[in-house]
Amino acid sequence: MIQGKAIKFGHNIDTDQIIGARHLSLPAIADMAPLAFEHHGNFTTHFAPGDILVAGENFGCGSSREQAPAVLKQRGAGAIVACSFARIFFRNAVNLGLPLIICSQTDEIGELDCLEIDGGCLHDMTTGRRYTIEPLPPFIAGIVDSGGIIPHLRGKKAQA
Amino acid sequence: MNVIEKILSAHCGGAAVRSGQIVTVDLDYVMANDATACLAVDIFNRDLQADRVFDPDKVILVMDHFTPSSSVAAANSHNRMRQFAAEQGLRHVYDGQGVCHQLMMERHVRPGQLIIGADSHTCTYGALGALATGMGSTDVAVAWKEGRIWMKVPEAVRIAVTGQWPAHVGAKDLILRIIGDLTAQGATYKALCFTGPAIAALGMAERMTLANMAIEAGAKFAYIHPDATALAYLRAAGRPGGHVFADDEDACYERSMEYDISGLAPQIASPHSVDNVGDITDFEGIAVNELFLGACTNGRYEDLEVAAGILAGRKIAGSVRLLVTPASRDIYLRAMASGIIGALIESGAMIGWPGCSACFGGTGGIIGRGERLLTTANRNFRGRVGSPEGEIYLASPAVVAASALTGRISDPRRIES
Ligand code: SF4
Repeated sequence: MIQGKAIKFGHNIDTDQIIGARHLSLPAIADMAPLAFEHHGNFTTHFAPGDILVAGENFGCGSSREQAPAVLKQRGAGAIVACSFARIFFRNAVNLGLPLIICSQTDEIGELDCLEIDGGCLHDMTTGRRYTIEPLPPFIAGIVDSGGIIPHLRGKKAQA
Repeated sequence: MNVIEKILSAHCGGAAVRSGQIVTVDLDYVMANDATACLAVDIFNRDLQADRVFDPDKVILVMDHFTPSSSVAAANSHNRMRQFAAEQGLRHVYDGQGVCHQLMMERHVRPGQLIIGADSHTCTYGALGALATGMGSTDVAVAWKEGRIWMKVPEAVRIAVTGQWPAHVGAKDLILRIIGDLTAQGATYKALCFTGPAIAALGMAERMTLANMAIEAGAKFAYIHPDATALAYLRAAGRPGGHVFADDEDACYERSMEYDISGLAPQIASPHSVDNVGDITDFEGIAVNELFLGACTNGRYEDLEVAAGILAGRKIAGSVRLLVTPASRDIYLRAMASGIIGALIESGAMIGWPGCSACFGGTGGIIGRGERLLTTANRNFRGRVGSPEGEIYLASPAVVAASALTGRISDPRRIES
């Protein structure tokens, strides 16, 4: 189960907003993580580890930089809930084992609402509303359940 | 099968594949640049505990975003790339020779190949009939080790383009219009297949512009059938060969879109999203502070030539700065030899060393608070090139050149020649 408060974003949140290109030459994800969403006041003011990012369509569009989901994971994001995700961001997050949740009614969720994600259900405890979550394709769910592509590959090797 | 399925099928043993299926495919090249390679090196060494890359001929590293090293951090990361290249005996490592995608097109890509790159604009290689897509550093590290990767076979969208290209209107205007229509996520996961007589009429430079921006609609691949123009380009590059695929008779496309470009006006994408597109007539007269001609979208010889055609013998407005960055060393040399570089400098341009340059400002050219940048690059995201309180407008080389003369967004169709 994942529990945290909602930090809200709009549509088309691009990877430059998540982590600015000029920070990409820093040596490690840990060095970049404090700069995540540096120009988003709601994130810099309210985000605490475990909180859940809630956005509209096409979250993570733009560049292929894996640093984008990686800094959010490093900061302790519990999950990202969005109407849809951009392809490369989605793949990168799956590879890192960062939970992504597709839900078409994110506009009903309010800033700082208390959320709980359990199995196939997203529960907004502030409003009392419940939302069903679109399940991931089994192949991809398998990677997320292993905690990312690298543990997944290790697991496969161990089985073989 | 459609051509996308056929190329993927040829990379996973030849069995028929269908859109929606997840397949594991063999890769012809795996490219990474200095914004993404170091993270992949860490993952390769530390997490995968891998020993050797699958083929030192097929792993390509490019320093283009922060080169010449623009900070101590960049210098250190460049050194880690060089060290990795030396340990692994990599044969293709470029530093300061140009933007990764331009170098891939000049030196490596062949029709029918399947390529991934740790950069979203890897889809550019579809201009030569290759399937290429951007992935993150973990995927790239896995691909360095295994030489293969899983992917979902995408649905294909056919974009058929007819009509006569109007003067001062080109591929950049068309792709901006298409992204405006599709929206920034309208082609997520899909392959965009550009076809029709107006595409066949384009030279390679414009085809690359078109394929480059497919990702701005979320697409996974771009594809243009390699015709006589593409094959001549490959011969001239000393790189004939490759495999030209075609649709089977039963080929399926998810949908088709049709464009007649005869009446197309120059297009502008206004802040802060690439699908925020309109005719130039809606934006004329907006004052700008900086203009950039370059990037993997529009830093090719033909782009510089278009700009020089407008700027030669004239001076840019005193209120603006114009940055011009050839996308590769070869382009730079050619533009010097033909006098284009000289003409641009005389008109007032600053010339940058080949690389990403002011596309995102990793080596300078960033804008300050309240400033406006008009650029031939492919993204206008808030804060991409400096201050988040600045504004970025996207346009073609002709629009950038015409606007440099006036200091305001200007229609190149109105500039007297
Ligand atoms: S020129 Fe711009 S878009 Fe192209 S690879 Fe460089 S930073 Fe990315």
